[in-house]
Amino acid sequence: MSADLLPEHPDFLWRNPDPKSSYDAVIVGGGGHGLATAYYLAKNHGMTNIAILEKGWLAGGNMARNTTIIRSNYLWDESAAMYEQALKLWEILPEELEYDFLFSQRGVMNLAHTLGDVRESIRRVGANKLNGVDAEWLDPQQVKELCPILNTSDNIRYPVMGATYQPRAGIAKHDHVAWAFARKCDELGVDIIQNCEVTGFLKDGNRVTGVQTTRGTIHTGKVGLAAAGHSSVLAELAGFKLPIQSHPLQALVSELHEPVHPTVVMSNHVHVYVSQAHKGELVMGAGIDSYNGYGQRGSFHVIEEQMAAAVELFPIFARAHVLRTWGGIVDTTLDASPIVGLTPVENMYVNCGWGTGGFKGTPAAGLTFAHTIATGAPHRLNEPFSLDRFETGALIDEHGAAAVAH
Amino acid sequence: MLLFTCPNCGPRDETEFHYGGQAHVPYPENPADLSDVEWSRYLFYRENPKGVFAERWVHSTGCRQWFNMLRDTVSYDVHAVYPMGAPQPATATTQQKGA
Ligand SMILES: Cc1cc2nc3c(=O)[nH]c(=O)nc-3n(C[C@H](O)[C@H](O)[C@H](O)COP(=O)(O)OP(=O)(O)OC[C@H]3O[C@@H](n4cnc5c(N)ncnc54)[C@H](O)[C@@H]3O)c2cc1C
Ligand SMILES: [Zn+2]
Repeated sequence: MSADLLPEHPDFLWRNPDPKSSYDAVIVGGGGHGLATAYYLAKNHGMTNIAILEKGWLAGGNMARNTTIIRSNYLWDESAAMYEQALKLWEILPEELEYDFLFSQRGVMNLAHTLGDVRESIRRVGANKLNGVDAEWLDPQQVKELCPILNTSDNIRYPVMGATYQPRAGIAKHDHVAWAFARKCDELGVDIIQNCEVTGFLKDGNRVTGVQTTRGTIHTGKVGLAAAGHSSVLAELAGFKLPIQSHPLQALVSELHEPVHPTVVMSNHVHVYVSQAHKGELVMGAGIDSYNGYGQRGSFHVIEEQMAAAVELFPIFARAHVLRTWGGIVDTTLDASPIVGLTPVENMYVNCGWGTGGFKGTPAAGLTFAHTIATGAPHRLNEPFSLDRFETGALIDEHGAAAVAH
Repeated sequence: MLLFTCPNCGPRDETEFHYGGQAHVPYPENPADLSDVEWSRYLFYRENPKGVFAERWVHSTGCRQWFNMLRDTVSYDVHAVYPMGAPQPATATTQQKGA
């Protein structure tokens, strides 16, 4: 086996236009979600006089920093429906966007290390099957067969007692996903405007009529916020609050290795997850840093702890080296589920709260958010993910249930 | 690793502390009188500033005491450490913003 060769770095795939003075809709945030939203607005709703405003470079936020795990094996019906819609879209998007972004359905394993884990996992497999999500329970022997480099013996602190497995899950190349959407958006007439920070909103009473940016004032009929870690900052500018806390989330890669890791392994209990990127790096991550942070960096002990867990589970990684570590800013909610829907401001919509696990949701976020913006009402799939669930109490608690939240 | 100065024990590694989120969030005086909206604000809504944040920490592997801290959420600089119950000290940044 040898590592997959990546395609050559492509030429520019989109124009860099100056902002027009007005658009039918403006998307704030040019990460994966902003791009997917603009794409579906243009494709499904015929809204092509729209712009994506990005304060930095396109997809340089969490989209550039995530570890690309894609799966849909969430516990609750609402989440399974949303993430499974996303997975079905991932399966057709390479062809639809005419871009092979290396979506690799190599499966994802969620390890169980305690009796509690085992019970919760088997319950989740059952729930997944009822929702039409592919899911299996593997015993330690089957775990070993699927991923021979995993230490499944009982000489470790938390032996592997089994795992849930979703064969259709996997990883994709995040930059290429962004470029694929960006190229199609551009072809459909969407203006992608980089280095354009939204600094305020124009309102007529409670209705948004425009945005103030570092590149001038832009009038617009509708605003969709897709700013991930900066959602609270934008909501504040617009005059409302979100139940979001922004935290650093870190990840790391090793140097390049021959392919040794055939799938994706996640462990909630010893808290690490590992895959091997197409080029050959081992890609690892874990949980958020505990404190609020907009610094795009976290503390080193978080890295140290996840590496300790990784080495215990994968003894052959002991001699790998850390090549790079980095952090993003993730927008967490109290129920570990996203918010996609209306806001207290008329004609302003919000997509946020995807926290540590929104890459996998990118196409479904785009599909449902575009529907919400175009029609002024939620799509069937994002209706449960409204902001007012925090008032009605209809929370979608995916904390423990979703295994490691990525 | 951040270095925090516990008011009782002095400078210690971040790993000795636990985070308690936003400071100065009083339990509602009459919880039964709150509307659903007010109750949701108390339960689920916290400030999330990009800049100076008043937050609680507990020195869990040291003196096990809670205290408050003003910390910048971008630079992670600590501006002030002060006791539970004391009002939030003003800093240059919070004054500028008029917060
Ligand atoms: C280390 C790490 C690992 C992760 N691993 C996974 C994983 O394995 N699987 C998974 O599903 N998810 C994962 N995630 C989560 C995932 O990355 C996010 O949920 C998702 O990327 C969020 O959507 P986005 O791509 O639109 O966000 P972003 O790419 O962050 O896009 C938001 C954009 O808004 C812009 N913006 C902010 N403020 C303004 C403003 N005022 N004006 C204009 N633009 C503005 C930002 O610059 C940014 O580009 C991970 C995240 C991190 C940090
Ligand atoms: Zn102390």
